[in-house]
Amino acid sequence: MTLAPSPATDLPVSDADPFGHEVLEDPLPLHHQLREAGPVVYLSRYDVHALSRYEQVQAALVDWQQFQSAAGVGLSNFRTEEPWRPPSLLLEADPPRHDAPRRVLTAVLGPRALRRLRDRWAADAEQLVDEVLAAGTEFDAVPALAQAFPLRVFPDAVGLGPDGRENLLPYGDHAFNAFGPANDLVAKGTPRVAELSGWVGEQCARAALSEDGFGAAIWAAADRGEITPQQAPLVVRSLLTAGVDTTVHALSAILHAFATHPDQWARLVADPSLARVAFDEAIRWESPVQTFFRTTTADVRIGGVVVPEGRKVLLFLAAANRDPRRWTDPDTFDLGRDPSGHVGFGMGLHQCVGQHVARLEAEAVLTALSRRVRTIALAGPAQRHHNNTLRAWHSMPVRLTVR
Amino acid sequence: MPQVEQSNETRRSAVDRTVVQVAEKVRVADGVVTLTLTAPDGGRLPDWTPGAHVDLTLGDGLSRQYSLCGDRWDAHSYRVGVLLEPASRGGSRYVHEQLEPGHVVGLGGPRNHFPLVPAESYLFVAGGIGITPLLPMIVQAQLLGADWRLLYGGRTRSSMAFLAELSAYGDRVAVRPQDESGLLDLAGFVGDPRPGTEVYSCGPAPLLTAMEAACAAWPARALHTERFAAAEQGPPVRTAAFDVQLHRTGRTVTVTPDVSVLEALGAAGVDVLSSCRQGTCGTCETTVLAGVPDHRDSLLSDDERAAGDCMYPCVSRSCSDRLVLDL
Ligand code: FES
Repeated sequence: MTLAPSPATDLPVSDADPFGHEVLEDPLPLHHQLREAGPVVYLSRYDVHALSRYEQVQAALVDWQQFQSAAGVGLSNFRTEEPWRPPSLLLEADPPRHDAPRRVLTAVLGPRALRRLRDRWAADAEQLVDEVLAAGTEFDAVPALAQAFPLRVFPDAVGLGPDGRENLLPYGDHAFNAFGPANDLVAKGTPRVAELSGWVGEQCARAALSEDGFGAAIWAAADRGEITPQQAPLVVRSLLTAGVDTTVHALSAILHAFATHPDQWARLVADPSLARVAFDEAIRWESPVQTFFRTTTADVRIGGVVVPEGRKVLLFLAAANRDPRRWTDPDTFDLGRDPSGHVGFGMGLHQCVGQHVARLEAEAVLTALSRRVRTIALAGPAQRHHNNTLRAWHSMPVRLTVR
Repeated sequence: MPQVEQSNETRRSAVDRTVVQVAEKVRVADGVVTLTLTAPDGGRLPDWTPGAHVDLTLGDGLSRQYSLCGDRWDAHSYRVGVLLEPASRGGSRYVHEQLEPGHVVGLGGPRNHFPLVPAESYLFVAGGIGITPLLPMIVQAQLLGADWRLLYGGRTRSSMAFLAELSAYGDRVAVRPQDESGLLDLAGFVGDPRPGTEVYSCGPAPLLTAMEAACAAWPARALHTERFAAAEQGPPVRTAAFDVQLHRTGRTVTVTPDVSVLEALGAAGVDVLSSCRQGTCGTCETTVLAGVPDHRDSLLSDDERAAGDCMYPCVSRSCSDRLVLDL
């Protein structure tokens, strides 16, 4: 069905650049502006429609029928442009092609499958916290904790070999930059793309993976015929692309939240069972994955506006997660809140398949920290890391007092 | 601060997906009706994949499984086909004789134990009402450009549902009513093993036994079957309120029929982290210490359901008067 186009006056236009450095440094003012402008805003600079209120973002995320992912979840439109790498079978695919890879990965990364990792990761986190504290109580929390923990446990869990793990962060950083426009951030990563992609590709082969990790479990699913042998390496690649940077930035986000909200840290120390809620509240509050695109498969009416078929639509997950229409005091980081329903992991068919892994990692780190650390404070100005899709910290000097 | 439309994030009204309403009931063949099911509020129903079934809780409190045979691109309705089985314990009779448009039934799932795996080509073999899970598989095989053929048997042509729908596929579909063509020539249809081909069959037990014989030379995993017969029934599902006891605090919360366990807990000030609220993401997983959960999620396998040691309170309920949760 074709809906009549609505009068242009219904559609606020903005020439803002969501991928410019000023916005990446502090996206909150733009998010506020876009939310207040209306349910849909036209971003003239990139010729895309943008959704930033919770109601519309959530509805678009679950509506895979009208908001497809297969045309790419970045600005680039795979209907007309060649992707920089073979499209992801998870993120950049819709039913029916999405079904089998998603089913396999859901089983491999499901909460029940992860139970065997819980104790080991808890012990790893305690060990890391002990090591860090033994070296001093003032340090940069980004490399020392936020990067160190995922890099310590995740590559092992996937089953990667010992060499080349330092490629994971730059590869992920570039992959998430590439969802945005071809700006300086993409250019910065381009010289190493071939080398990094080559390394990642090699890690996805069956022979490169240990026998007991997520990677081997994916190959075992191929042996059972649940996915094809051609699909298996691409499913492993999804783990390596989406499993590291996101968790690193989520951990940075939560450490920053606690360093700037001492009362909330005191609350966690008093009741470490709040770790899970704290993590999801940090995801809501900071939204490590800020945005994703969808492409309309029909003329879609949103509010009073019709977004025509074949349009790129930019979903501001971060803006939705602080929409006052949905959340009380949205800018407050509050462990007393129920952050359920945030869209920081997406929602619906494409919802982050690794969310339980991320929660388990965060729970391990927070629990270990809350046992040893009485207070966390910033010891100097924290510095942002700019990425077209991710909200991240480059460095975060902290000072801890131990119990 | 501006006035907010919804001031309290935790008390948003439930997208209640634990019931569906019968929107339409159509007799499509001798002894077969299809039901079109929609959400009472007209909203989206949970996503599903071909081969999935839903549990419907009927008038007697027992739940029955029906394969989804509608269009997954239609997010607002499910379609199931129900054969009147004279030997049934009353579920199909209830659907045929008493269930009418407007009635509301309990929903569990969708869950999929019969998923379509990627392949270059498919052979589909249906016996009678076993055609239902294969219908959406055929749509997908077609969409994926896979090579496929269907052999569809039944007692008589008039007892075989969806023939008009299938006629659109021309000679990919072989319709073989028993009174016209005799027993299905399974060996002839299946032929010799071919790499890249997967065989899907659904129907009564004797058909599936015969399929196993016809596929004896094939790799074991190439044959995918789903037996179309009433599965083990759990205890009747409660339609009345039940109590949830919180082990760590000793508190008790009563869950009335119109709210989910998650909402009842939230209203009592006990927030459980959740996300999808449809039993699909696993975020709200909660340990069950005592009582018998009425599982309505899409996540647990049959063994895990039977174990009864965890539940997803966003959709699942209780069969027993009381559930004790590790909260
Ligand atoms: S919230 Fe997703 S399973 Fe309950």
